[in-house]
Amino acid sequence: MSDKKPDAGAFSCPIPVSRFSTIQLSHGAGGRLSADLINSLFVEIFDNPALKKQDDQALLEIGGLKLSFTTDSFVVDPIFFPGGDIGDLAVNGTVNDLCMNGARPLYLSAGFIIEEGLPLDQLDQIVRSMKRAADIAGVQIVTGDTKVVNKGKGDKLFINTAGLGLIEHPYIISAGNLRVGDNVILSGSIADHGIAILSKRQELNFKTEIESDTAALNHLVAAMLEAGGEGIHAMRDPTRGGVAATLNEFARTSKVGTKIRQDRIPVKEPVAGACELLGLDPLLVANEGKLVAVVANEFVERVLTAMHAHPLGKDACVIGEVIVEQPGLVSMVTGIGGSRIVDLPEGEQLPRIC
Amino acid sequence: MKFIDEYRNAESARKLLDEIARVTTKPWVIMEICGGQTHAIIKNGIDRLLPGKIELVHGPGCPVCVTPLEMIDKALAIASIPDVIFTSFGDMLRVPGSSKDLFMVKSEGADVRIVYSPLEALKIAAANPDKQVVFFGVGFETTAPVTATTILEASRLGLDNFSMLVSHVLVPPAISSLLESPENRVQGFLAAGHVCTVMGWQEYEPLVERYHIPIVVTGFEPVDILEGILMTVRQLEEGRCGIENQYSRVVKREGNTVARDQISKVMRIVDRKWRGIGTIKGSGLALRPEFGRYNAEIIFDIEDVEVEEPPECISGIILQGLKKPYECTAFGTKCTPRSPLGATMVSSEGACAAYYAYARRQDTKL
Repeated sequence: MSDKKPDAGAFSCPIPVSRFSTIQLSHGAGGRLSADLINSLFVEIFDNPALKKQDDQALLEIGGLKLSFTTDSFVVDPIFFPGGDIGDLAVNGTVNDLCMNGARPLYLSAGFIIEEGLPLDQLDQIVRSMKRAADIAGVQIVTGDTKVVNKGKGDKLFINTAGLGLIEHPYIISAGNLRVGDNVILSGSIADHGIAILSKRQELNFKTEIESDTAALNHLVAAMLEAGGEGIHAMRDPTRGGVAATLNEFARTSKVGTKIRQDRIPVKEPVAGACELLGLDPLLVANEGKLVAVVANEFVERVLTAMHAHPLGKDACVIGEVIVEQPGLVSMVTGIGGSRIVDLPEGEQLPRIC
Repeated sequence: MKFIDEYRNAESARKLLDEIARVTTKPWVIMEICGGQTHAIIKNGIDRLLPGKIELVHGPGCPVCVTPLEMIDKALAIASIPDVIFTSFGDMLRVPGSSKDLFMVKSEGADVRIVYSPLEALKIAAANPDKQVVFFGVGFETTAPVTATTILEASRLGLDNFSMLVSHVLVPPAISSLLESPENRVQGFLAAGHVCTVMGWQEYEPLVERYHIPIVVTGFEPVDILEGILMTVRQLEEGRCGIENQYSRVVKREGNTVARDQISKVMRIVDRKWRGIGTIKGSGLALRPEFGRYNAEIIFDIEDVEVEEPPECISGIILQGLKKPYECTAFGTKCTPRSPLGATMVSSEGACAAYYAYARRQDTKL
C-alpha cells in the first residue's frame, strides 16, 4: 500500500528550538523553564546567600532576631472563583510562603495594579476578603501601593503581597534538609485549586462543585511545630507545579531520592474526573491550602496526630519516603504496582492559576 | 471513578500478568499502535512488569509526531498573519517547525489560542467577525469526525471567517507500510481502541489476511492493555492470527457509522506525508474540493510550501518501533521536552516524551 518502502535512515526531525529570545508563558509556570530563568538570571545577578538557598522565603538575621521574608504576585484569572478570590489568595499565598520554614507570619504589604474600568464594588469585595483572610491568619496588612493602568494594559487586577514573619524555634526547616528514611507527609487532597480555577475559564465550559482550597496554613504549621518541630526537616506549600514540583525541588536540593505511592495520594473524585478529562496529572496541578512536610520517622506519629486535630490537616497522610537510591529524582509506585518517575512539569499546564 | 478504577485495579493487573507469564514460552515483539497506549504503558510501568520474553515496541500513533514539518511551517506562517486568530489543541504549540514553534510566534504577538475542541474555534470566529479564525485539524480517525462536524457547522452558520488547516492521518495504511518494511520485527499489534471506536475493525480484517498477523483492538487503561497483550500472546503461542476485540465495552465491528458518514461527507482520502515514515499512499484525509472555502491552505495560498526535514533525530526509527527512545544518543541530553529535536519528545503521546517523563534513568544511564 505504500508509495515507497519506508527508509529508516532518511527519517528526520526539525532543527532544535533550544534558546528563547523572548519570555514564554512557560517561564512563569513553576516548572523547569521557571527554574532556569530564576537560576540563570535572578540568582546569578542578585547573587546573595539568602537568595541562593532558594526557599520560598528568605531567612534573615537582624539584631539577634530571625526573620522570614517573602513576596508573591497574584494574577489569577478569573479574579473571583469557587472557594475564594484574588484577595484571600494573595494573603494566604504569602502567609503560607512565610510559614513554611516555621515562621510566625506578622505583617504583610499589598500592592494593587488595577486596570482602568474595574468596578469599585468588585475591588471593595476583594479588599474585604483580604481583611478577612488576614484576620484568620492573624496578620496585619500594614503598608501598600496602588497603581492604575490604561484599559487593555492589564487584566482587571493584579496584587502583590510581601510578608514578614518571626522565627521563634531553633530548627532548620529547608528544602536541603531531607534525610534518608524520612517520611513524606501530605496535608490533604491535591489539585483542588487548579481544577476550581479551570472550571471557571470561559474556554472550558465544564460544570463542577470543586472549590479552591485556598487557606492560611500558619496555624496548622504552629501545631505541627509544637508536636514535633525537631523532626520536621522540610515543608512547602505545593502551588504552581503541584506536589511533583515540590518533591523534585526537595530531592534535587537535598541530593536524595524520594519514593511515593500513587495509591496513598488523596485526590477527590470530581477532581480526579476533571483531570482525567483534561489530560492533567493531579500531581502537577496547583494547590493553595496544602502542605508537604518531610518528617523524621520517629516524629511522624506525633506530627500526624497534631495535623489530624486541625481542620486543614484532618486528611493528612504519609505518601512516601526519602530513599538513598536515585538521588535528585522522585519515583512513584503506580496503582498497579509498576514504577515510574515523577518529573517536574516541562511547560505551561495552566497559565494564570494564582 | 466508575468505569476507570476497575481498569486500574492492582489485583486484576496482577492476575493478567501471572497469566501472561504462564502462557509465554517464546520471545515475542508486540507493537502498540497508539501513543496514548505508549504513555499508559510507561506511566504505569507495565513494560517492566511483563516477562522479559515480551518486548513492546511503540508505534506511529501519535498525531503530533507524524504531522509533517511543512504542515507546522504552514501553521506558523498563517498564525503570523495580522488579524488571524490561530487555534489549536495544546500539544501542537510546542512542536518545532523549521525555525520556531507556535508558542514563540505567540510570544512575538501572534494571536494563538489553545482550544479543547474545534467547535470552540467556531465560537471565537462568530465573536470576532473582523478576524480570520483558523483551526489546526490534526489527528487520526479519532479526531476526524469532529473536524468534519465543525466544517458542517461552519457551513450551516454561514461563517465566512473560519477555516481549517487539515492534516488527518489513517492507521491501516501505516500498519501496511510498517509490515512491508524489510526491517520489520513486529509480530502482533495492539490496535488503537479509540480509532476503532470510530472506524470499527472491518478495515483491519484484510491486514490480518494479508500479513498473517494477530491484531487485538485494545483500550487504554492498564488492565485493558495487559488483557490486550495476553490475547495477542495467546494467538502467537497457539499459532493463530485473527482480529480480536479486547475493548468490547466501547468498540463495535462497524464502528460509529454516524461519525464515519460525517467524515466521508466532508473529507476524502489522499496520499499523506508522515514525518519519519515518508509518503504513504491513501493514508490521509483532506477536505473535499466543495469545502474549499474552509481550507486554510487555499485561503492563505500556502499549498505549495515544501520543506526538507533535516536528518537530525531518529524519530522516524522510533515511530516504526525499530529503536527505543533511550537508544538515541541525543535522548535526554541534546533532546529534552524543553529543547526537543523532534515531535516525539514534545507530544503527550510521543514515545520519547513518555520515556523522558516517566522512565528516565530507570532504563538509561543518564
